[in-house]
Order: sequence, then C-alpha cells, then structure tokens
Amino acid sequence: MGFDQYHEPPQELPEETRTFARLCASLTEEAEAIGWYEQRLAVERDPEARGVMADAVGEEYKHFCMDLEFLLRRKPKWREIAQGVLLREGDIVEHGEAAEAAAGDSASAEAPSSELPVLAGTLGIGSLKEGQ
Amino acid sequence: MSHLLREHAPITETGWKTIDEEARERLLPGLAGRRLVDFSGPHGWEYSATNLGRVEDDDVSPIKGVEANRRVVLPLVELRARFTVSREELRAGDRGAEDIDFDALDIAAQSIVEAENLAVFHSWPKAGVDGIGECSPHDAIHSDGGVEKYPAHVARAVELLLRKGIAGPYGLALGREQYTRVVESAEHGGYPLLDHLRKILEGPIVWAPGVKGAVVLSMRGGDFNFVSGQDLSVGYESHDSDTVTLYLEESFSFRVLTPEAAVPISPLES
Repeated sequence: MGFDQYHEPPQELPEETRTFARLCASLTEEAEAIGWYEQRLAVERDPEARGVMADAVGEEYKHFCMDLEFLLRRKPKWREIAQGVLLREGDIVEHGEAAEAAAGDSASAEAPSSELPVLAGTLGIGSLKEGQ
Repeated sequence: MSHLLREHAPITETGWKTIDEEARERLLPGLAGRRLVDFSGPHGWEYSATNLGRVEDDDVSPIKGVEANRRVVLPLVELRARFTVSREELRAGDRGAEDIDFDALDIAAQSIVEAENLAVFHSWPKAGVDGIGECSPHDAIHSDGGVEKYPAHVARAVELLLRKGIAGPYGLALGREQYTRVVESAEHGGYPLLDHLRKILEGPIVWAPGVKGAVVLSMRGGDFNFVSGQDLSVGYESHDSDTVTLYLEESFSFRVLTPEAAVPISPLES
C-alpha cells in the first residue's frame, strides 16, 4: 500500500492533517470512479450490466458527497465558498468569483488554528494573541 | 446535524449570518484572556477533559498485591448564555434592514466575556478552574495613589517578573474601571498614560471586563493555556410565534503552568 496522499513527510504532519489528506485522497478516488463509470456506461450495451453499473455509480456519488461534507466541515473558508457555488442556479463562474471574494472579506472565514475540528455554527474566534 | 440544532431554528441563512456576525462583534473586544495567553484547540464538543499526566495519591485497589490510582484530568466547563431575538426583527433583516434589535444578544455576550475572563484571571472554584491571579505566588501590588501611579505599579510588577527569570514581552489586563481611567489620563506634560505603560510592558494592554483590578503577565508563551473544546458558537433552543430563543455556548478549561509568571494589581481605590 502506498502513502501517496502525503506531500510532506507523514511523521511531521499532525494527526488531523493526515486525516484531512486521507479524505482528500478518497474524494479524488470517488471522482475518478464516477468518471470511469460514466465512460463505461457510455459504451456498455448490455442492459443488465448497465443496471449494475448505474447502481454502482450511485454509491460513488454518495461516497463523494460524504467525503466532501467531511472536508467542508473542517475548512470554514472552503465551506463558505462552497455555499456560494453549490446547488445554485445561474452562472457557475460568477458564483465562484463572488463566493471567493466574500469569503476573502470575512475575518471568520478560515479556521482559527491548524486543522482541528471546527463545529458548524462556531464563530471561529479562537486565539486573539498576536503571532499565535 | 450538530448538537447546536441550528437547522431546526426558523432562521434563514441570511439571518444566521447576521446573528453570527453580531455575536462576534460583541464578543471580540472583551475576550482579554485570548489576547494574552496561549490557546489550544478547538478540540470539539466531544472533548471533555485535559490530560495532566498525573495520578491521585490514594490507592483505590480492592485487591491485595495490586496498586490502583485514578488518573487526574482537568474537566472542561460548559458556558451557556441564552438570548432571544424577535422574529419580526429577523424578518426585517431578511428584507435588508440594518438596524436589527440585538439587545439581548449584547447582554448574553457580555456575560460570557465576563465569565471567561473571571476564569482566566481570577478563579472559579466550583468549576475547578484556578485562574492567573489566584495561582500567582506574588502579593498583589497595592494600587494606591490613583491612576497616575500606574506606571510605577506596572514597572514594579515587570521588575518582579524579571527578577524571577520570567522573560517578556509582558501584557496588562485591565478591569473596566482601571481601563477607563488609564485611557483618559495623561501624565504631567500631556504624555498619554497608555503609551507610557506600553513602553514598560513591550506588549499589549487589554480591556478585560470582569477583572477586578489588573494583572501583569508574561506573554513569552508556555505559562498559561486556555484549552478550548468547542469554541464560542450560537445554538438554537426553542421558538414561538414571536421570538426565537438562542444561546451562546463554549466549553473550555484553563491551566496555569507557571504561577510566578503573573503579578496581580489590586483595584484602584476610589
């Protein structure tokens, strides 16, 4: 088994960062699988095989969403941008730019310290000591 | 869904955003402890106690030949302050009103700020929290002679810390009354008292509601630790046709690792 999800020496990373990296890797794998099923379904003619694969891709959608939700719960700024982009009608790029600008303006946008779990609804105050 | 149950509240996304922003605005100025001491966390709502690495002396084993000692941990305290918001005011906010009535939130925020500062700078025996002033082995510097004597008191505190080998920079937490009087005062020649104190401390002077008198402490790090479980958050409790009841909440513990790294100053004599 490889440890490719780590870009930095794993022993130097906090446990929370390693968990975060694992879920990022998992998210990538789910997206990859969705792409593969999309291609397989595009060429498969056997209805029974198509049924099996359609069911399987549904699982990948679910896994992708669960991974994403986990990651968004730990990154308030990412969550804020996602809220401005996901599940909205209209121009995706426009929403993205606006959400990014709004998150950049918000003092509470990023986690107060490192990669520790942040509860949805927290005010993100954390340390107010300069330099910490 | 988290235990804050925000999704159950009859509050729109815009409403929650406004409430969170208003809560932050009201909390930030007074959270003096967080400006001066180390902060660890937030470790999450499930985090209940901090490991102290020690065991109790009492042997609690029921079996001869076996020793049993309970681990000593520092439990976290949950703070909660309820407040109500008018649903009519929230609807006005959704329409774009900018003058929503958040008076009850104001009171709740001030209460939380005072409770947190009290725990950090004094003590909270029932919660098992020994604050900075309580733990300090130094006698409180007697604050006589009015506010104009403050530079002398602070200089004395800094010299005491230096003598004990406690390096700076140093910070100063001032209770409400002390802060007001320091800010409004100038020394002979018009030099602002606040600037003189900053020069002595080489660190910040913070407004600390709930603090009685003042505390001078080292900010070199590693001496005082505020351990946050769940950081300050807004949760939902209930609603009726007119109002929504919400609450500010946090869980934390506080540890003094170097008691001699702070010197209390007694309240000003009136």
